[in-house]
Amino acid sequence: MIHSLFMVNSHHDIFMEKHWKTAIKKSICDYFFEALEKASSPEDVPPVITTPHHYLISIYRERLYFVSVITKEVQPLFVIEFLHRIVDTFIDYFDECSERSIKDNYVVVYELLEEMLDNGYPLATESNILKELIKPPNILRSVVNTVTGQSNIADRLPTGQLSNIPWRRTGVKYAANEAYFDITEEVDAIIDRSGSVVFAEIQGSIDAVVKLSGMPDLNLSFVNPRLLDDVSFHPCVRYKRWESERVLSFVPPDGSFKLCSYHVGSQGMVSIPIYIRHNIHYAGSGGKFEITVGPRHTMGKVIEDLKISASMPKQVLNVNLLPTQGDYNFNPVEKELVWDVGKIMAGKPPVIRGMVSLQSGVPVPEEKPTLSVQFKIQQLSISGLRVNRLDMYGEKYKPFKGVKYITKAGKFQVRT
Amino acid sequence: MTSYNDERSGGGGGDDRGQDPSSGTLFNVNYRKHDDLKQMLDQNKDALKLEAMKRIIGMIAKGRNASGLFPAVVKNVASKNIEVKKLVYVYLERYAEEQQDLALLSISTFQRGLKDPNQLIRASALRVLSSIRVPIIVPIMMLSIKDCSNDMSPFVRKTAAHAIPKLYSLDPDQKENLIEIIEKLLNDRTTLVAGSVVMAFQEVCPERIDLVHRHYRKLCSLLVDVDEWGQIAILSMLTRYARTQFLDPNKNDDGIDEKDRPFYEEDEQSSEEEEKPKKPTYIMDHDHRLLLKSSKPLLQSRNAAVVMAVSQLYYHVAPRNEVSIVAKALVRLLRGRREVQAIVLQNIASMTLKGKGVFDPFLKSFYVRSTDPTHVRILKLEVLTNLASETNIAIILREFQTYVRSADKQFVAHTIQAIARCATNITEVTDTCLAGLVSLLSNRDEAVVAESVVVIKKLLQMNPSQHSDIIKHMAKLVDNIQVPMARASILWLIGEYSEFVPKIAPDVLRKVAKTFVSQENIVKLQILSLAAKLYVTNHKQTKLLTQYILQLAKYDQNYDIRDRARFIRHLIMPSQAVATGSIHKHAKKILLAPKPAPVLESPFKGRDTFQLGSLSHAISGEAAGYQRLPDFPEEQPDPTCRNVEVPKATSGENKKSLRKPNKKKSFYSDEESSSEEESSSGSEDSESDSDDSDSDDESDEGRTSDTEGPDSRISESDSVPPPKRKTERLKRVEESESSSEDESSSSEEEESSSESEEEIPKKSKVRRKVGKQEVNLLDLDDFAPPTLTTSTNQSTGIMMPVLAADLQGISLADSASDVTSVGATPTMETFELLHRVTGGGLSAVYRYPRSPCIYDDRMVTIALEFTNNGDAIVEDIRMGEKNLQSGLRVHDFTPIDKIEPGASHNVTFGVDFCDTTQPLHFKLCTAKRNFNVSIKIPVGELVLPIVMSQDNFVKQQGKLAGMNENRGKVVVQGEAKAICSKVTEIVNVARVPSTQEHVIRFAGKTSHGGSFLLITIETSTEQRQAQLCVNCDKMVICSIIFKQIKEKLAS
Repeated sequence: MIHSLFMVNSHHDIFMEKHWKTAIKKSICDYFFEALEKASSPEDVPPVITTPHHYLISIYRERLYFVSVITKEVQPLFVIEFLHRIVDTFIDYFDECSERSIKDNYVVVYELLEEMLDNGYPLATESNILKELIKPPNILRSVVNTVTGQSNIADRLPTGQLSNIPWRRTGVKYAANEAYFDITEEVDAIIDRSGSVVFAEIQGSIDAVVKLSGMPDLNLSFVNPRLLDDVSFHPCVRYKRWESERVLSFVPPDGSFKLCSYHVGSQGMVSIPIYIRHNIHYAGSGGKFEITVGPRHTMGKVIEDLKISASMPKQVLNVNLLPTQGDYNFNPVEKELVWDVGKIMAGKPPVIRGMVSLQSGVPVPEEKPTLSVQFKIQQLSISGLRVNRLDMYGEKYKPFKGVKYITKAGKFQVRT
Repeated sequence: MTSYNDERSGGGGGDDRGQDPSSGTLFNVNYRKHDDLKQMLDQNKDALKLEAMKRIIGMIAKGRNASGLFPAVVKNVASKNIEVKKLVYVYLERYAEEQQDLALLSISTFQRGLKDPNQLIRASALRVLSSIRVPIIVPIMMLSIKDCSNDMSPFVRKTAAHAIPKLYSLDPDQKENLIEIIEKLLNDRTTLVAGSVVMAFQEVCPERIDLVHRHYRKLCSLLVDVDEWGQIAILSMLTRYARTQFLDPNKNDDGIDEKDRPFYEEDEQSSEEEEKPKKPTYIMDHDHRLLLKSSKPLLQSRNAAVVMAVSQLYYHVAPRNEVSIVAKALVRLLRGRREVQAIVLQNIASMTLKGKGVFDPFLKSFYVRSTDPTHVRILKLEVLTNLASETNIAIILREFQTYVRSADKQFVAHTIQAIARCATNITEVTDTCLAGLVSLLSNRDEAVVAESVVVIKKLLQMNPSQHSDIIKHMAKLVDNIQVPMARASILWLIGEYSEFVPKIAPDVLRKVAKTFVSQENIVKLQILSLAAKLYVTNHKQTKLLTQYILQLAKYDQNYDIRDRARFIRHLIMPSQAVATGSIHKHAKKILLAPKPAPVLESPFKGRDTFQLGSLSHAISGEAAGYQRLPDFPEEQPDPTCRNVEVPKATSGENKKSLRKPNKKKSFYSDEESSSEEESSSGSEDSESDSDDSDSDDESDEGRTSDTEGPDSRISESDSVPPPKRKTERLKRVEESESSSEDESSSSEEEESSSESEEEIPKKSKVRRKVGKQEVNLLDLDDFAPPTLTTSTNQSTGIMMPVLAADLQGISLADSASDVTSVGATPTMETFELLHRVTGGGLSAVYRYPRSPCIYDDRMVTIALEFTNNGDAIVEDIRMGEKNLQSGLRVHDFTPIDKIEPGASHNVTFGVDFCDTTQPLHFKLCTAKRNFNVSIKIPVGELVLPIVMSQDNFVKQQGKLAGMNENRGKVVVQGEAKAICSKVTEIVNVARVPSTQEHVIRFAGKTSHGGSFLLITIETSTEQRQAQLCVNCDKMVICSIIFKQIKEKLAS
């Protein structure tokens, strides 16, 4: 499967490599760099690159490239998923995944890679097991380790590896037993220039932080589970219970994890919580630019962190705008205009208007910028999904439970 | 902790990664530095060694050569410090291959490690031993893998499975031996091992399909519980398997026209049942269905690769009308990471080429966003184009219009091609598309115009006569347009259709003739053709021009053009010398032969010949090691090969594989067994034993569950009829008899090491089986209602476990069909219904005789005793008006004529409480007065005792987990008997014969709904603690009874 892994930073330096089979020369990455140069942006590198003898499958995350070398037929998604899992694990261990944190913890990184793959085939990928095998570094431990000469490596086999609940370790104990669930819904929408919704759907996810002692068995039920069109689960969730009763029944992993993500179909109507009116015109060496934004169907909640960004055409030299609320920022190099509106209060909807100055001597741009919108609404699930109750079985204590709803803009675009 | 860059300070800066300008001195510094590391490694202090090893690992991580340190490092392979050891292992895996002789020094350490009592050490020793790639040690590796594949720890076995492909790649000659090991490991039931061994199978011997037969059903049933990566391996293996073992489910569909499909697709989805009977010829194999069924839930995996693996399985193996279920999951993946999105779109593009209907409802999910990278946009376009049909073309075209305005020119070009493809595919919109494309000709961007010209040329070819105005329009463009491909296209068009533009064509030729020299090759070639065609049709006007062009071409630098010029010259104006004339006569026919319109093909065509989800599919070419998915066989291969026969020697193994894939259950049972493993590997408290037996029974009952499992379809597929099962049972007991001699030894082993317990279940289960027979029989003494069969057991059974098993089989079959209720010890506790003061002398008490109700089997019998304490005769006692809660039913007692003073009278009546504790209010009427009375029933009386076998009990208990289970520790006073009586006092249940002395089980069912109420009490030796577990479908009853028993036991 995965033969070797190279980590490449944004300056195209290979700063770490790991081989699970016979070492492969660094020069294999030249093919990757070649593809990188061809691509207009780092995002645009094709995930699979063919070289005369090997195949390179790469991912781009946290401004780093993880390039794996494959020699034989394998499902590319397998490798891609796995590379992402490696990055997730790094983030889990070091709180971030940057060149710096990887270099600082290179021994742990190496040990992790060693445990996660054997002969290129995944061995232990559950973070709970890995954490038992290799303790995550923290300041206290590194001090203790230097003083006592102890190591980060656990001496015994993690129990989870052997059990059929590989995601949870045994003997978890907490003084305060608590379980929090964050229901985050993202509205993906495309709104066309006339303001009608071309496409809208809701992508939700339930992220949980469960700190419960022992082996609790949780049941999470919803008031209106039929809303959920398509659901994907953490491996701990019992498929059958969901299918038959629409209840999420699971033995949770310890700590934070993504319990499930769901999709509320495009068939059902999605109420878009804001409206945007725009008026962008180019003429001669200048142009008019005006955007109005206001709340709609927010169910009494306040829209926060509203931000509208537009990628202006490259002929735009500068903009001179006046917002009635918030402030704006234009990056003349990237041609990126960002209007940070903030909270929308009831009353007058915020407006930004002004002039755009265009480069003279070149034709007036044809395309209008697409507006990307970001916002946040606390305590609202736009789909109307509500948790009914959370029950715990298998343990006797009373856990503290909490559910939080939040609605955000996902890939929310307004075509102008 | 050493930081990655620490060496810089330690090594005097020479170690900087390539950034150091003085890297010319690298070698010197390295040598010095290595000396320093060597010294550190030679010292006795672990801290120093660790420090040195960390720095060496740092060197490896940066990809710099650290092989010079091999001798110093390898000495530490036996280090006591676990971290040093681990890092040495990492080093060895990297460099052993290069220093084979020295690496041999370490082998003995690993061999020792393989015998270590700690499974972690055994596993890591095997891992390193198999990873060092030194050919000399192949025999040692072979032996070690063999040993470890028999290891009792599943973790070690998993490692052994991982080692198989390593050895295979090192020495392919070992294949036969390795296959043997794979065969053995395939028998393994642990989910931990299953994925790894299938992966090894795929690497080493994917062609040995015959090995899979026996494990096919097991793998299907395990699928949900295997880890994500294992699932992928198993799914891809089973796809291949299914393609060789089952018939093509779509064989009879082939008559349906591909183009018509989208119309029918939706109907098919909704009326699948109606569709079925129409094609009676094909009946899907049960195992085929099983595979589809057991892989379906995995579509909800969070792992994109798993979803993809299921999707490709459905695509390649399932009937066409079922493929649609994967669409939703695949569309979900589009929300994922960029790389995932790209690969999934590629696969969707291939899927949509064949069956459009599947993704039709998700059309809008493929709309391009401004943030998508270009390759994703192009893939989305491809999908949209594939999805286009008469019904949705309008929306798609509107969407395309937006794209054409995009700033990304490459994307615009692809959009134009996509429009053209839509236009050719859907004849209704050809004209609309063409008009749209023509309007693009006035676009300011040349690339857009050029692309439009090229596609318009292709479109015009389909129907040129109607579009002469377009041709004219394009002829005008020749002056301005510079993109060679576009110019060439226009010239070709004019030449081909010069009859529609007779006046313009020669003029165009004149213009291009002037610039001939400066044109691109491709344009020159087209100029030549244009000239030739015009010469043939319009000889008068163009003769000189043509000659001029041919003359120019004759001296062109490009030999293609020279060649073409010579060919054309001889074709159209043959010189006198070679005037054969015969070809010349046909020149017009040759040049202006009607040309078939080009088919606008998807650029991704051809990709769909590869297996979906494979690397080859992604790169659209055969990757190394790609194996073409075989076609379905014409004839159904023998389906019975998957039936697992029951050879005596391995019955323990095989009865497991007979288990039906009741997924929910297996999930729970796994939890049980996990607790088993945990407890066995962890502290050895007395409970672990009981846990074990629980889960063992659990897996046992899985086998019996098929008669009434929820998947009746699957159970029908079971080719083992019930009688056979019974004989199997019989055989097993025979076996158990024979192995009972081993019993003592095995139990000794069990005590000697805690880990060995995992290996033993097979044996110990057998032992318990024997135990069960005995206990079953012995316990009968204090088990109140003996049935006929069991009493025969009592007399003869002890001596003949075989017969006993047989009989148990019978009784089990009975109890499975209907659990008979039995009488239980009646409680004498009475409750007051009517006090004599309020009743004016008449008093009434009631009690629960716990006898089955004679009026209705859903009712609870209540016995009333009236006593006349007064001094007058009470007459005509009857039940008056009843205030019934919903669903309550009462069967009145027979009215009493009269009760003499001082006398009492007993009556019974039945009440159906609907399994609730709502009180029954009614009027008690006498001749003179009415009394309002109410009866409140204790929960325990809502239950009727039933006889149940232990197996059945555990099975039912397995179904009632989660919310339907209340479990907790309780304090117990008194012995087992006392516990029994206490429980039966509260709840009307019957004791279940148990094979374990410390586990007491009671079974009952609610009188109305017939839901099972199962009570388990596991006593433990220490301090009167016990584990109480109550399972019942009715959650309220469950929790109340739990509370009541808990209180009672403590009293």
